[in-house]
Amino acid sequence: MAEVLVFVDHVDGAVRKPTLELLTLARRVGEPVALAVGAGAAGTAGVLAEHGAVRVLTVDAPEFAEYLVVPKVDALQAAYEAVSPVAVLVPSSAEGKEVAARLAVRIGSGVITDAVDLEAGEGGLVATQSAFAASFTTRSRVSRGTPVITVKPNSAPVEAAVAAGAVEALEVSFSAQATGTRVTARTPRESTGRPELTEAAIVVSGGRGVNGAENFHLIETLADALGAAVGASRAAVDAGWYPHSSQVGQTGKSVSPQLYIASGISGAIQHRAGMQTSKTIVAINKDAEAPIFDLVDYGVVGDLFQVVPQLTEEVNARKG
Amino acid sequence: MSLRIVVCVKYVPDATGDRHFADDLTVDRDDVDGLLSELDEYAVEQALQIADEADDAEITVLTVGPEDAKDALRKALSMGADKAVHVEDDGLHGSDVMGTSLVLAKAVEKAGYDLVISGMASTDGTMGVLPAVLAERLGVPQVTLLSEVSVEGGVVRGRRDGDSASERLEASLPAVVSVTDQSGEARYPSFKGIMAAKKKPVVSWDLEDLGIGADEVGLAGAWTVVDSVAQRPARTAGTIVKDEGEGGRGLAEFLAGQKFI
Ligand SMILES: Cc1cc2nc3c(=O)[nH]c(=O)nc-3n(C[C@H](O)[C@H](O)[C@H](O)COP(=O)(O)OP(=O)(O)OC[C@H]3O[C@@H](n4cnc5c(N)ncnc54)[C@H](O)[C@@H]3O)c2cc1C
Ligand SMILES: Nc1ncnc2c1ncn2[C@@H]1O[C@H](COP(=O)(O)O)[C@@H](O)[C@H]1O
Repeated sequence: MAEVLVFVDHVDGAVRKPTLELLTLARRVGEPVALAVGAGAAGTAGVLAEHGAVRVLTVDAPEFAEYLVVPKVDALQAAYEAVSPVAVLVPSSAEGKEVAARLAVRIGSGVITDAVDLEAGEGGLVATQSAFAASFTTRSRVSRGTPVITVKPNSAPVEAAVAAGAVEALEVSFSAQATGTRVTARTPRESTGRPELTEAAIVVSGGRGVNGAENFHLIETLADALGAAVGASRAAVDAGWYPHSSQVGQTGKSVSPQLYIASGISGAIQHRAGMQTSKTIVAINKDAEAPIFDLVDYGVVGDLFQVVPQLTEEVNARKG
Repeated sequence: MSLRIVVCVKYVPDATGDRHFADDLTVDRDDVDGLLSELDEYAVEQALQIADEADDAEITVLTVGPEDAKDALRKALSMGADKAVHVEDDGLHGSDVMGTSLVLAKAVEKAGYDLVISGMASTDGTMGVLPAVLAERLGVPQVTLLSEVSVEGGVVRGRRDGDSASERLEASLPAVVSVTDQSGEARYPSFKGIMAAKKKPVVSWDLEDLGIGADEVGLAGAWTVVDSVAQRPARTAGTIVKDEGEGGRGLAEFLAGQKFI
């Protein structure tokens, strides 16, 4: 059966959820072969096998941590040559997209980024994408070479599917470019203990209306009551109230949770670009004319300093 | 020796306008007002700052796009760039990232460069991969998605805030850099800048000037095809209530009804 190469996103062997979603999509077209690189790569095999990986190629070398992007491209190319897959799937992180696109040039293939769905079509693999701040949906295909496609988080369910997951060491010889960009220092992002923004089922976001870093605890306690991730608008990030890593929108994270709650956010096009595909959207804003209300399933016109604490209290009471 | 900086800027349909696709399923660039992609203003700004720090530097802004894309070049020139290159050819219509990156690579080489600076993503295509592909094609280091950048003694350094870590990066020139909207507000063109821009040179190149065959770019030369485009159905109007003191509880009721609590 045809094999589909899946690039694994993991942190020291802990596989991130979007990779498991890719395995679900890969199984629609063929047998998933996973590639895990870097420290802890071999530790990914168990969970990948439980989700359908027939083979797990692993490779570790200092280059993966010491240099930017290109060593991973070299590894993916080596895997591509070893496997001859019918498609290459990569998680749509900033780095994942760069790795995928560079591989595509090297192997003479077209690349599609940020797919939100994939299916086998007559002319090959068909990718669904969102365009213009998610106001359009497109269906596209790679028309030359082996499709290289990056897929956004939350695009498919995670499904258990036990497979062999045979671990094989991959030989990689690094290209001349591999050591071009040195990583001279790395500060890991501190964990908030909350779900990952792009993977969360519920996201609670605050904007300029939150009016100060000292008030963001209102957003956080609501998020914690719901088991949600915390997001922020660019206005709140630019004001220094919340870290950039939590920004939702065109130049921040793009999220597609089951539930998105926007508080004190007007709903500018660049913010909508990152949240418009959420399943259920709720907003709290004191301005009845705010554009965010065009998107909502349920909106409260009111002061977030009243509404949010009451909501949090009620959520806790109902859980209680 | 002078530091030669090439800034890649894209002319895009205004995001606050009614963006849509043309009949051939490419981005409609005729019907909607265009402008210099806001995210590329950050690239121009960082180029200007790097040039300020250097003993001697020259900034060329480069765009691949239709005739109106000259507006984007003018804006960048009025911000302070020295000269501009416009790659314009009917054969370019419908190019995908592979076509565009090929053209940019050839143009950057023809212009001569030590440092290429791009935006983090175009506001219409939003792929955010072009700088990486350009580095691959040019065979030079990629130092991308920087929220901070500096150049000193032939070395570019920067900070990249990734998903799991913030990294400090370093590479020797020549290199391809891209900067994010965290890199620092872009300046507004001054009146003097706008006047001066009118006199700055803008050269036009076509595919022949770059030695690129018509079959390598454009819709026919693209390595991807769009089969269909559909407007996302407008979200059905939701319930909107005014808070009269019970707004939070009403919202909790709604969430419970949807099984979120
Ligand atoms: C190139 C580019 C990229 C961008 N990328 C992003 C991005 O990734 N993400 C992003 O979010 N933005 C982005 N923006 C910025 C975007 O255009 C908006 O400026 C931003 O989203 C506004 O944030 P906001 O809604 O929090 O603030 P505002 O637009 O100021 O809205 C604040 C809202 O809070 C309400 N409010 C105030 N006080 C209260 C209260 N007590 N109770 C209830 N409601 C209250 C107000 O009625 C108002 O509607 C980008 C812009 C550009 C040009
Ligand atoms: N047609 C173009 N002309 C010049 N620069 C471009 C063009 N397309 C993309 N770029 C540059 O590449 C960056 C990333 O674009 P993209 O990968 O399309 O999101 C942009 O911010 C620009 O700096």
